[in-house]
Amino acid sequence: MQNKARPLSPHLQIYRWQLTMFLSILHRATGVGLAFGAAFITWWLLAAQHGPKTFDRFHEFSHSIIGQLMLAGWLFSLSFHFLNGMRHLVWDTGRWLSLKGAYASGYAVLIGSVLMTAAIWFYAGQ
Amino acid sequence: MTTHKDTSIRTPLGRARGLGSAKDGTHHWWVQRVSAIAMLPSMIYLMVNLPTLVTHDHDAFLIWLQQPLPALALGLFIASAFYHASLGIQVVIEDYIHSEGQKIALLLVNKLAFIFLGVAAIYAVVRINFG
Repeated sequence: MQNKARPLSPHLQIYRWQLTMFLSILHRATGVGLAFGAAFITWWLLAAQHGPKTFDRFHEFSHSIIGQLMLAGWLFSLSFHFLNGMRHLVWDTGRWLSLKGAYASGYAVLIGSVLMTAAIWFYAGQ
Repeated sequence: MTTHKDTSIRTPLGRARGLGSAKDGTHHWWVQRVSAIAMLPSMIYLMVNLPTLVTHDHDAFLIWLQQPLPALALGLFIASAFYHASLGIQVVIEDYIHSEGQKIALLLVNKLAFIFLGVAAIYAVVRINFG
């Protein structure tokens, strides 16, 4: 049933890299990362329910180098996906859809998510 | 298929079936947004309480979670966020897996995994509250 003559849209290898496509890809990538993070939320709560020793073992992992890297990545993913998700919701109302709006909000989201990650990191560790 | 000039965006199979769209194309899009908005209040509440949330002190954590608001916020966050995540992963699978068998298998794994993770997490919150 494959028909080779059907039209194809231009794809990643053809487009020149630009902010809007980078943020779109990053939104999906951070979303997938956060989805895997769900397993760690479940692990954390089951560990708390199970008892102090299991809870300690969870925090041993979360304070290892790998755990801290994962936590930082998770926090950035959460911040970015949250802010860029807001950008999507604004788009859904028909606003910011111009080239200027998409770029201005794009830069704002990128800078905002770095700041939000740092703010949450220090706030949580206080 | 040779009677048609094959430059249409419709697939030959779609044309042969002649059924048009399934008429529920916006449902997935819509619940993706509803679940995103639904998780906001509980997420903001949990963010504000983050210093307590990350404590290593087992007793302190249980005492905090045994209050109605923290338990409710966590339960609502898990329900809405895990649902949102399964919707998102579903689209990723549908976009990149082209073999029909593999796709159906992965969609099933996705749904079951998030149901399992969500039920297990909420079970933990309930057990902590009602022992």
